[in-house]
Amino acid sequence: MTDERSTPGTGGILVVGGGISGLTTAVEAAEVGNDVFLVERNPYMGGRVAQLNQYFPKLCPPTCGLEINFKRVKNNRKIRMYTMTEVQSISGAPGSYQVTLVSKPRYVNNNCTGCNACVDACPEQRDNAFNFDMDKTKAIYKAHDMAFPMKYVIDMPACTKCGKCKDACKYDAVDLDMESKTFTLDVASIVWATGWNPYDATKMDNLKFGQSNAIITNMMMERLAAPNGPTGGKILRPGDNKEPGSFAFVQCAGSRDENHLEYCSYICCMATMKQITYIRERYPTAKIYVFYIDLRTPGKYEKFREKLMADANTVFIKGKVANITPEADGGVTVVAENAMTGEKIQQKVDLAILATGMAPALKLQGASLGVQLDSNGFVMSDTAKGIIAAGCAKKAADVVTCGQNSTAAALKAIQATRR
Amino acid sequence: MDKKYGAFICTGCGIGDTLDIGALSGVVSGEMKMSCKTHEFLCGAEGRALIEKDINEEGVNSVVIGACSPRVMQDEFNFGGDKISVRANLREQVVWAKAEDAKADFVLELASDNMRMACAQIKKTELPEPYQLETVNKKILVVGGGVAGLTAAVEAAQTGYDVTIVEKSDALGGFAKQWRKQLPSRAPWTDLETPVVGSLLKSVEASDKITVKTGTEVARIAGAPGAFEVTFKPAGTSGEWDAPAKVGVDEQDKIDKGLMEDPNKEFRKYTDKNSDAEGFGSVILATGWNPADVSEYAHLGYGQFKNVVTNVEFEQLAAKGKIARPSDGKPVESVAFVQSPGGAEHDKDFPYCNSVTSLVALKQARYVREDNANAKAYILYQHMRTPGNMELFYKAAQNDDGVFLTKANVMQVTEESDGSLSVAVENTLLNENMNINVDMVVLAAGMVPTTKDAPIINLAYRQGPAFLDLDIFDGHADSHFICFPYETRRTGIYACGGVRKSMTVEETMDDATGAALKAIQCLESVDRGVAVHPRSGDKSYPEFFFQRCTQCKRCTEECPFGALDDDEKGTPLPNPTRCRRCGTCMGACPERIIGFKNYNVDMIGSMVKAIEVPDDDEEKLRILALVCENDAYPALDMAGMRRLGLNNLVRVIPVRCLGSVNMVWIKDAMSAGMDGAILLGCKYGDDYQCHFVKGSEIANKRMDNIGETLKSLGLETARVATRQIAISDYDKVPEIINEFVESIVAMGPNPFKGF
Repeated sequence: MTDERSTPGTGGILVVGGGISGLTTAVEAAEVGNDVFLVERNPYMGGRVAQLNQYFPKLCPPTCGLEINFKRVKNNRKIRMYTMTEVQSISGAPGSYQVTLVSKPRYVNNNCTGCNACVDACPEQRDNAFNFDMDKTKAIYKAHDMAFPMKYVIDMPACTKCGKCKDACKYDAVDLDMESKTFTLDVASIVWATGWNPYDATKMDNLKFGQSNAIITNMMMERLAAPNGPTGGKILRPGDNKEPGSFAFVQCAGSRDENHLEYCSYICCMATMKQITYIRERYPTAKIYVFYIDLRTPGKYEKFREKLMADANTVFIKGKVANITPEADGGVTVVAENAMTGEKIQQKVDLAILATGMAPALKLQGASLGVQLDSNGFVMSDTAKGIIAAGCAKKAADVVTCGQNSTAAALKAIQATRR
Repeated sequence: MDKKYGAFICTGCGIGDTLDIGALSGVVSGEMKMSCKTHEFLCGAEGRALIEKDINEEGVNSVVIGACSPRVMQDEFNFGGDKISVRANLREQVVWAKAEDAKADFVLELASDNMRMACAQIKKTELPEPYQLETVNKKILVVGGGVAGLTAAVEAAQTGYDVTIVEKSDALGGFAKQWRKQLPSRAPWTDLETPVVGSLLKSVEASDKITVKTGTEVARIAGAPGAFEVTFKPAGTSGEWDAPAKVGVDEQDKIDKGLMEDPNKEFRKYTDKNSDAEGFGSVILATGWNPADVSEYAHLGYGQFKNVVTNVEFEQLAAKGKIARPSDGKPVESVAFVQSPGGAEHDKDFPYCNSVTSLVALKQARYVREDNANAKAYILYQHMRTPGNMELFYKAAQNDDGVFLTKANVMQVTEESDGSLSVAVENTLLNENMNINVDMVVLAAGMVPTTKDAPIINLAYRQGPAFLDLDIFDGHADSHFICFPYETRRTGIYACGGVRKSMTVEETMDDATGAALKAIQCLESVDRGVAVHPRSGDKSYPEFFFQRCTQCKRCTEECPFGALDDDEKGTPLPNPTRCRRCGTCMGACPERIIGFKNYNVDMIGSMVKAIEVPDDDEEKLRILALVCENDAYPALDMAGMRRLGLNNLVRVIPVRCLGSVNMVWIKDAMSAGMDGAILLGCKYGDDYQCHFVKGSEIANKRMDNIGETLKSLGLETARVATRQIAISDYDKVPEIINEFVESIVAMGPNPFKGF
């Protein structure tokens, strides 16, 4: 890895987004021998997968794959990496795009050794977005244990500029007056690997997200199950920290619904299956109800489903959830119609998990950058012009598929540099 | 190179507050005889300048850094490719990992040992020089001429590489050539498209970089990345250059004794060179799939009734023109598409379907409707698998009044006297059992990968012609790496398309493009003399001191990647460009004749011997931990960062992979008086996490064997152990180590201590 101090040349590849797809495109292209600029909006690399506790179907930790990709980035001098950086505008023409980028201030410079003295000194707190606000960090914080680069960052709206962190830092790494930086890169191709955001669950009025602590999203479940999550890996109901005795998974929370996301988000069925294993590990006899339209666990995922469906305390009900009602005891009642029997079901549970889908992250900003998006906000590649979509910016997909298509994106980007 | 050493200890980040730095640098300058300087902020500009000054003015070229973990500050402590830099972890795994009640002398002893080990390591480290082939062949061979192979060839050619496509049948195009239409590949995801195979064929024809061999098969692939030698043969023939079957050591023994027939007696030896072979640099395997046999589902009537066909057969009918009933040529007015064969027993799809067959049924239902506006299509499913944007295509079918979609148990298909079929279904969304009368029934047969029952890739390798252990993936040429889908156990060979997974054209084209990138990347890496994934860019490679080889064949047998062939006598023939640099061969070798310039048996052995073993203090036991650098080592670092407390009797040495652990290191440790040894590596088994697939599993087997050795020495076998640690187990690893240490404490000190 070469850091920001080096001078960019021309003819390189710009990869926008440092999640698993952007990382893959960047390392795969750089290992062929191409110059790559990798930019990430967050203060850390790794994107959504950094928030996942485990991958399906192997139930292995995503940080394992991230660690090796980070190693590949560190060892490769063809990659220049920029965090807290976003694309502001693009001009130029195929073969030579001038991309203007803005790096937000980290307020912590390259002197940072990662020693944590600043955090110990900081008196202010902020909601921890990495854990979906289920806990707090100090105003100066490291996004998570494996954050790469391993440097702290200040959330300025939460900071009072009291200067205690600056005093605590022996290495003069805190710079409260740091300003944002604008710079321009000249590149031959641009790969959009901007990924996805969990679909905003508050948009589904009937599911009452935000009105009860007993209603969480599947991404929140990942953080609850993670050993570095807000509960240290215990699955507890937010708010009252109750150990839930019963769970309901609400599939297609937003997906396959013309009022929300008309496509299928691809991963939510398997994500639920995986999360059932999280629950089983901690609560061997808890009751689990899964409300679904279809179980999309095709191919090699069928074996995984088969194992889970053999569990007597897990009930699968074909039927879309019509409504969720918060109850006085802190739980919720999930209301659905069984599509097979026509029977109306009212199932009281301690915790309901909304299997919210993927909303493409570039949907809002894409048009203003001149990126071609389809009607759902996914990026449409124009390979002839060297504009390429990768990962979930291209379509809702699982990690394996993202690995494939972001490796493919690396080749399409390289072709643009060789024309 | 003539090495001039310099050691530097950082006192920042709490190191200086916890450790007696004078004593620590005394260990380095005294015992280890290396100049030792300290700085309070070694990674900062001033600290680095201190080091650079010694480099520039004193000629220091080999630097020991006692500071933070080697996982951080790589750029800061990189002094150029001509300098050696070795890190001693004093921060994450010593001062941050210190338990609250830790005694100062115990912590200092741990830090001292880490410095001793780093000093011993740098003395045995040489700068690696890349392995360079005399000439690198940069041509790419694509095996299979369907959509996957054609796409891979076109994409590689467009990037500037010469490609040869070899196709077994008489024409390129594969299954896709027999299709009427293909599934949507772009927004709005509702319209069927003209099969892309036509334009791919035109691109192949127009390219001066693509050579096509039809009616041809690969007899054998010998050699290694950058220098594969491929023998072709007319399709369907057999010849002396066919790849020989795998013959293990035991089997060879039987053959030699005349107890078993040689399966390869018709074939040339796998090491024989064919002067007619053609050279290639890397290979893309795109041999696709075969339609699954569905005749076993007797209740569905396939093979019994002419009008029950598979989806592939139906597609061929549809491509010919208006769909007519096979039995009598009657134009089709109604068709039932059966997605799941299980009846009331289970709700699984046919095997090898993935989500492709749900989509194909929707596509073919549309043909029925296109051909006859009054025709009806019934799709009988358990779960419609239309992931991602394909949901929009599904939606379009739901909006068509002539397409009936229902979840259903398909119980029985029977033939009526007029040739029509009656499909008995139960448990439908209409909550009733019914009989549907149709002209045809189409069964959603899956896509069986060509690698399921045959080697296909036909390698002339010591470990046999096929990819290994594909049964874990139901015969697909897959690796099971979620993050790294292209990596296989045969370097330089990348699979794509239906041979890897049942997939649609859209996914196949992405997959093939990705495989083309990997094939190109492999060529360029070989050209630079560096490793490919997962140690991409590594310049080191294993070297063999053959004079002392006893031809035990352990290295050739154990290499997870089949990198080693052997000669008549059994002496290994290394193929460095097939090698992934895990060091499993080095771990396997009982003669200790295999090593890397910067990672070898002597180096780790010297590190083990550098550990100070007190022989007069029963509290100060010493436990060796050989730790996988990919997952377990970062887990230890994170345990330190979280201040979880690591046992300070343990001495950690990171290894490339547990597969590289040579059992002599354990013996070295025990004979030096250490009290126990633990290996921390990745999970193995079907859901393996080992980056080198087999390393941790092999290490575990070797540890079983060393137990016997210990027993013969009069030591308890429980003094050595292996544990599987995931990178996320940082919260568990301190306890796992403690438990082991406690078990050693209970056994008491190594009785050979001090001898």
